[in-house]
Amino acid sequence: MPTEQKAAPARLAVRKTYKLFVGGKFPRSESGRSYPVQGADGEFVANAALASRKDVRDAVVAARKAFGGWSGATAYNRGQILYRIAEMLEGRRDQFADEVRTARGGTRSAARADVDAAIDRWVWYAGWADKIAQVRGNANPVAGPYFNLSAPEPTGVVGVVAPTEPLLGLVSVLAPVIVTGNTVVLLASETQPLPAITLAEVLATSDLPGGVVNLLTGRVAETAPWLAGHADVNALDLTGVDDADLAVELERTAADTLKRVLRPPLTGADWKAEPDTDRLTTFLETKTVWHPKGA
Amino acid sequence: MTTLPAGAGAAEFAAEVTATAASLRTFLHGLPGVDKVGADQRAATLATRSIKTTAKQWALDLAIRMVDLTTLEGADTPGKVRALCAKAMRPDPADRGCPPAAAVCVYPALVPTAVETVRGSSVRVASVATAFPSGQVPLSVKLDDVAAAVAAGADEVDMVIDRGAFLSGRYDEVFRQIVAVKEACGAAHLKVILETGELGTYDNVRRASWLAMLAGGDFIKTSTGKVSPAATLPVTLIMLEAVRDFRELTGRQIGVKPAGGIRSAKDAIRYLVLVNETAGDDWLDPAWFRFGASSLLNDLLMQRSKLATGRYAGPDYFTLD
Repeated sequence: MPTEQKAAPARLAVRKTYKLFVGGKFPRSESGRSYPVQGADGEFVANAALASRKDVRDAVVAARKAFGGWSGATAYNRGQILYRIAEMLEGRRDQFADEVRTARGGTRSAARADVDAAIDRWVWYAGWADKIAQVRGNANPVAGPYFNLSAPEPTGVVGVVAPTEPLLGLVSVLAPVIVTGNTVVLLASETQPLPAITLAEVLATSDLPGGVVNLLTGRVAETAPWLAGHADVNALDLTGVDDADLAVELERTAADTLKRVLRPPLTGADWKAEPDTDRLTTFLETKTVWHPKGA
Repeated sequence: MTTLPAGAGAAEFAAEVTATAASLRTFLHGLPGVDKVGADQRAATLATRSIKTTAKQWALDLAIRMVDLTTLEGADTPGKVRALCAKAMRPDPADRGCPPAAAVCVYPALVPTAVETVRGSSVRVASVATAFPSGQVPLSVKLDDVAAAVAAGADEVDMVIDRGAFLSGRYDEVFRQIVAVKEACGAAHLKVILETGELGTYDNVRRASWLAMLAGGDFIKTSTGKVSPAATLPVTLIMLEAVRDFRELTGRQIGVKPAGGIRSAKDAIRYLVLVNETAGDDWLDPAWFRFGASSLLNDLLMQRSKLATGRYAGPDYFTLD
């Protein structure tokens, strides 16, 4: 008996509304606003939350609260947590590749290569967790019977404006800041924020304590000045600020509260290039202690 | 609820209802019961009021003027108390326009240090007494405690009621203790700590409030800060209703002081809304409403600085206490 093939009814896609990532939770913007995100082809992809100054404030509070525990964790422990995140990213390679491709266009293999590079970058930085102190610390020779030891310490709460490079750029600015024990308020790329929120979903289910990474989506020109002026933020990474005038303005604002500032690269950053320790060391302070040597 | 006509005067009214242990008991148990769900709901609704811009500025300054800056630790030293007094007199050294706090609140042994440090300023010295925080000692010891604090120069005395006696129904005993302490206070203001976290029910909070007011307390205070829960909005609401009704009945105004657990400027402003909506704006004054707090002051200062500069302030820029 011939069977008649019935066409399955078209499935309705579940449209996702992305939210912020603050203090280990996924709240909507305090302002209740959202904005449409387009893919590389100009098509609507999803709505993302449009963060307001109060979301910045809440994120800084969460980051400050998490700082004691995260900076106090052993370097080995931080490294292990970051390695674990890399394992989880590995498990979501396909999803990230799809999102990167939607956001940026290009071929599927290019997107895949990008995701692989991002995961490798994450692992590369994770390895520095228990090595940076040996490289940046020192036993200084002094003119007296003392041990004089310098050791790097995290700067504190770091505000990061992430570049518009869906995953590799994001990972390249985020990992070096948290691996040394800082906590982060990160403003994701305005036009391509979705891979960042997916990364947040990975972080939320990893062993990373809530509040170590706080991720906001929205307009950089609106939220970044609040981050730059906030007296409880210790450093600012302006890598993703494309508007040179805004970058200058932010740096000026940040100077009022003596923040460390990492300026945006003069010529566009090459994220594929071999990384170095500059991004790690920018957000470190050196503590030096004197101790009597004894006989 | 009473046989006296309204406006008979505090003394006559108190004399009438407290004539015997039985009449006091009858009066306290005759107070209308508290609708718990209603009180919680009312407090929660008022907590959603949005206070912004100039009103917020006004509220923050008022809240700073209402703070009883408190340190009640076994580890308190004269140095710490001096630092606290300096902070009370000049909360924000970077801003001359910042008003001083209402008082500092310390243990009796540290009153002389505090009195000496705040001399010449508007900041008053409050001392806890009567075997704070438990109050579980003989009356004579409590009275000595109070006398010592007053002799050392305390302007205000924060006493604790005997919760053991109150909860076992010996209202008369609690009443007589408060009367005795009030007498020992002399000119000093008496704040009566009800320790609402140990009273169990809102009905008991209402009864204890009336008991303290009838006995001559100048302030009723929620908590010692040593018991959780400390001050909450609904409990403060009930106490504010009590002082409002008491003034209506007797003409005598009593102050209210929530203490413990109030840490943010947002919380403080919620209490001010509650005061305004429950007791009325007569109570929006440091003479009639106080916050017992320590970390609250820094948050008020940070919010104040945010309003003045337009940028979020950080705790690194204010002294620790």
